[in-house]
Amino acid sequence: MAVLELVNVSKHFGAIQAVNDVSFSLDAGEVVGLMGDNGAGKSTLVKMIAGNFRPSHGTMRMDGQELVMHKPVDARRHGIEIVHQDLALCDNLTAAANVFLGRELRRGFGPFSILDYASMYRRAGEIFAELKSETRPRDLVRKMSGGQRQAVAIARTMLSKAKIVLMDEPTAAISVRQVAEVLNLIRQLRDNGIAVVLISHRMPDVFDVASRVIVMRRGRKVADKQIASSSPEEVTGLITGAIEVA
Amino acid sequence: MAVTLDQTIAQKQHTLVSRMLGNQTFWVVVAVILACLFLTVSTDSFATSKNLFNITRNVTFVAIIALGMTFVIITGGIDLSVGSVLCLSSMVLAVTMHAGYSIEVGIVAAIATSLAIGAFNGLLIAYLGFPPFVVTLGMLSIARSLAMVASNNTVVFQFGPDHDKLLALGGGAWLFGIANPVLYMIVLALITGFILRWTRFGRHIFAIGGNEHAARLTGVPVRPIKVAVYMICALSAGIAGIIQTGWLGAVTTNIGAGMELQVIAAAVIGGANLAGGVGTAFGALVGAALIEVIRNSLGLLGINAFWQGTFIGGAIVLAVLFDRLRNLRLSD
Repeated sequence: MAVLELVNVSKHFGAIQAVNDVSFSLDAGEVVGLMGDNGAGKSTLVKMIAGNFRPSHGTMRMDGQELVMHKPVDARRHGIEIVHQDLALCDNLTAAANVFLGRELRRGFGPFSILDYASMYRRAGEIFAELKSETRPRDLVRKMSGGQRQAVAIARTMLSKAKIVLMDEPTAAISVRQVAEVLNLIRQLRDNGIAVVLISHRMPDVFDVASRVIVMRRGRKVADKQIASSSPEEVTGLITGAIEVA
Repeated sequence: MAVTLDQTIAQKQHTLVSRMLGNQTFWVVVAVILACLFLTVSTDSFATSKNLFNITRNVTFVAIIALGMTFVIITGGIDLSVGSVLCLSSMVLAVTMHAGYSIEVGIVAAIATSLAIGAFNGLLIAYLGFPPFVVTLGMLSIARSLAMVASNNTVVFQFGPDHDKLLALGGGAWLFGIANPVLYMIVLALITGFILRWTRFGRHIFAIGGNEHAARLTGVPVRPIKVAVYMICALSAGIAGIIQTGWLGAVTTNIGAGMELQVIAAAVIGGANLAGGVGTAFGALVGAALIEVIRNSLGLLGINAFWQGTFIGGAIVLAVLFDRLRNLRLSD
């Protein structure tokens, strides 16, 4: 059964139809590339899945249950995690502090509970090991490479047994070697049974790591294909409109 | 050799020594100690118990407010109203007690006034998006004016039935001859240090100062926390006002004038970063100590008091210079 299913989802802002009648489903352990030009509706689509917007029409289902979300915290509670394009990291804090930001572990009880540094360092270390990242829990984020910063942002999503991770342009603006690191991180998520939606402009990354690609154009879904049966040329054509529909 | 998970987790970026050498607060402590040693050797009057008692007590008022200011500065904000809030708190206490109420009522009224002002500052800043500089600059004027209204701009020096209790509270020395204000300062510093290091609230304050947008995205309740830090800052000014009233034994409407600059200077000299995300309770104390030692030493060395501002201003610039140099090294 699909982890997430969108059925005829639309979103309009006044007269602007940002997303128009889009349906697709997402399986566990699947990496799906979401591509499209600027303004194609990718961001709006993702923001609906992330709980930022409510669809104007259509329904979303998770594990067969209808999914109604009013704010981003609801999405997180349902196991939907987002890695923001700017990563949303605090440079002045350690890797572990960033991983647990907003969800700090504490010990003691009630008003006397204090931060449980030891457990947070340990758990963060375990997650980094699971991601096969060399990031160290006590290091300050300020001193980290782009790839390590990505690892910190991705580690956050693994705190609470996420089912779906939405990644917004994770490979924009980082070096070639770091891109490889990030793609490995995505494979680790996949191998942990997490469904990943990879929003990207970078064709090679999508063809490298995704098994399926969804192409949006002017708010509509124009293609939903297995990577194996597509090609970068075809996807480029779909994005630009040179090819109408696949 | 394979690195085990435990080793990775335990790995720190710096040894204790290198961390201390790169720490602004450490160098300020060194400066304070060197200055004290120098003054002990070069003057007869510095290392007398009377002078030390004076120094430690004078430090406290700036230091206590600097503790509160540290919270605000860590979030990336600033509070210019503390000097006026101190004055208003003192005046509310004085007027209430002068009217015949007990010291308890007076203290509650003073604290409540301070908290209300902090809440007002915080709500405007957090919920209406006002720049902290503007809101608290306005409050600097408002609070002092309210103090004048409350007292009709007179000097209050009679505090009703609990007059002696109030003077003992601020002027006494209940423990080993240490001035009471110093004891309060130490207790408040320990509480501040604890909150900053060990509570979720403290962690969130640092997160807001580091990247407010990220804090919001990860579910940190940014707005309530911002209101809270301005309330804490005003509270610290209110507490300092109460203690200072007891110590001075009289309240005028010009106490605490210009104090905000000393307080901010103390926090910054102690290592707090006005850009947000950095600051410690201990730093606030040593920053305040350095300012007071400079002031005291100028007097003892017979240097014209007009030079005070130059030296304190120089210390601020020097402290920030250290910070800049360290950041330049980091960015290489």
